[in-house]
Amino acid sequence: MAAREREFTAPTVQLLTHEGELRPSPEAEAYLPLVEALSDAELQRFYRDMAVSRRIDVAGANLQRQGQLALWVPSHGQEAAQVGSAHAARPQDHLFPSYREHIVGMIRGLDLSRIFALLRGATLGGWNPEENGNFHLYTLVLASQTLHATGYAMGLQFDGATATGDPETDAAVLVYYGDGSTSQGDANEALVFASSYQTPQVFFIQNNQWAISVPVARQSRSPLSLRGGGFGMPGVRVDGNDVLASYAVTRQSLEEARAGDGPSLIEAVTYRMGAHTTADDPTKYRTDDEVAYWEARDPITRYRTWLEGRGASASFFSDVEAEANDIAADLRRRALELQAPTREAIFEHVYSEPHPLMVEQYAWLESFETSFEGPAGGTA
Amino acid sequence: MSARTEEENHVTDVASEAVPEASTALQQAQGAGDVRGVQTLSMAKAINAGLREALRADEKVLLMGEDIGPLGGVFRVTEGLSAEFGDKRILDTPLAESAIVGTAIGLAMRGYRPVIEIQFDGFIFPAFDQITTQLARQTVRHDGSLSMPVVIRVPYGGHIGSIEHHQESPEAYFAHTPGLRVVSPSNPHDAYWMIQEAIRSDDPVLFFEPKSRYWPKGPVDLDHSGLPLHASRVMRQGTDVTVVGHGAMIATLLQAADIAETEGRSIEVVDLRSLSPIDYGPLLESVHRTGRLVVAQEAYGNVSVGSEIAATVAERAFYALEAPVLRVSGFDTPFPPAALETEFLPSPDRVLEAVDRALAY
Repeated sequence: MAAREREFTAPTVQLLTHEGELRPSPEAEAYLPLVEALSDAELQRFYRDMAVSRRIDVAGANLQRQGQLALWVPSHGQEAAQVGSAHAARPQDHLFPSYREHIVGMIRGLDLSRIFALLRGATLGGWNPEENGNFHLYTLVLASQTLHATGYAMGLQFDGATATGDPETDAAVLVYYGDGSTSQGDANEALVFASSYQTPQVFFIQNNQWAISVPVARQSRSPLSLRGGGFGMPGVRVDGNDVLASYAVTRQSLEEARAGDGPSLIEAVTYRMGAHTTADDPTKYRTDDEVAYWEARDPITRYRTWLEGRGASASFFSDVEAEANDIAADLRRRALELQAPTREAIFEHVYSEPHPLMVEQYAWLESFETSFEGPAGGTA
Repeated sequence: MSARTEEENHVTDVASEAVPEASTALQQAQGAGDVRGVQTLSMAKAINAGLREALRADEKVLLMGEDIGPLGGVFRVTEGLSAEFGDKRILDTPLAESAIVGTAIGLAMRGYRPVIEIQFDGFIFPAFDQITTQLARQTVRHDGSLSMPVVIRVPYGGHIGSIEHHQESPEAYFAHTPGLRVVSPSNPHDAYWMIQEAIRSDDPVLFFEPKSRYWPKGPVDLDHSGLPLHASRVMRQGTDVTVVGHGAMIATLLQAADIAETEGRSIEVVDLRSLSPIDYGPLLESVHRTGRLVVAQEAYGNVSVGSEIAATVAERAFYALEAPVLRVSGFDTPFPPAALETEFLPSPDRVLEAVDRALAY
């Protein structure tokens, strides 16, 4: 018997070439109408959001270097995957991020100072998803959120909040995770449950090539998109540096989910241009050539070229730059103003119902701390 | 397992004696004036009845687990519920514990009150991450804007002669984790009421069911719950030594107290019922009366619930103690092959040996 095939490939959906030409790959043809339906204002919004994301990355990294944040988690290079997918969701949809999707939160209406509060060590969470565009909390244990998203999607089904035929109210769930997370048991169990219950859900993998210092080849010998089929759902590989393709494939997948056609999986092939976090040093594990290769595929540059070709004015781009600077400056100012929580926050909300240890230990801490405070006017 | 009819009656008599002590919101929810009386039920049937009440009372209550549908669970605790409530509320899930807990978290975010069955004690560990890093922390992470009313039922403990991973007592891992509540009933009456209280709690509750006590029958007062979920209780009064435990250990402690009585020693038995939080009130009062305490549990002794009780009682009742607090536990080994389980599990004789040592001070 001849050696069996051990190479696995998947075609990539790409609408916008690296050079910024709208020239759909064969797999992308079917998605073209979704892009053609976008207005100029929507197309410009995509650019604006990507530019804002990149500018915020600079502000976040600076704050960390200046000791104002414990950590910054950059999105540089992944803007198209994030912005395109986020704009594919409808207001009633629920989005479960990993911890790198700052611009997705902003698109859903989250005040990004809440994310700065999280990274500054002022909170363990930071926002109420119900009041922030159904953008759920960041989850730091990798892939845990894939199961929460799946359970939430089961709940939408049980409630009859999806697949009624009304696209204005039918809801779906969009969950983000990365190439590293695909190796976690939870990510795989989530695909099992989603497929079993046919949840209204889209799994959006940002394959940014690196799980901190380990390349995606260590996680998977085959394109991650192929995992969809193994679990009984469509899997699509998309050029994640193409905002139009990221938008269109996610839009189509979410619409199928809302219509009751079941879950699907998207692998957005992208690249983390910066470090994993500000605690990382990518020069230790990857080459300049590799970085140069991806720089030539930058998501913002190619999209700008395309918009310019369609007649976008120079003032549009300079206005966006000014707006991004304003947003970053405002976030920086408010990050510096964030107050540390008071010590009772340690004990608050650990439980929903009264708990004797919370009462006893807070009372003890309070009396311990106040024992160091002298009488008014006394010397320290 | 061996039949222990006399001691059985003892447990349940005492349990029913405690019944008229208090009334709770639960009873009001059952409908005032609707007297249903006392039934004799096994713990398995009592939990089944409690689950049925909870499913009827609140349509957001869902059951999730492996083989809990038409089969009724491997211990038949959910028998008949799938026929009554259908497969949209009694979910036979795919076989993945982490996913059962993880999706239950998502369902709770959506307003559901999932009640999970973990098939056996030793199979809870694939879900350990979701329970400890996710379920236990959602409420604090959401600044209190989200509750996590998830119950995880865990058949646990030895005395059933089964194979590896089927006889364990992992409660300490969860009692150690902030954000979780951990309870364990010792008799059918408590089981019937505690499961309903656990489901009504807005916090996650680990509900440890002592599987060796699933089948012995006892009276269940269907009208009066007796005690709040987290209250401990004196099960038998005595004057010489206090012994404290939970779950199946209570039957062993009552048996030990019977034997001790024939030898002229009076043992007070305290049933913790709740392992997190622990209601120290009745225990400390008891220790103040007897001056001696023996803590007994099937679980490994090292860094256990028993260790915590010993430390806390030593701190809070130091001057009342006539002897050090002594512990009787499973050994710090893997639960052995079933042929050796009677050597491993604390027996009445091992409890009495510790009682003798306490009295020797």
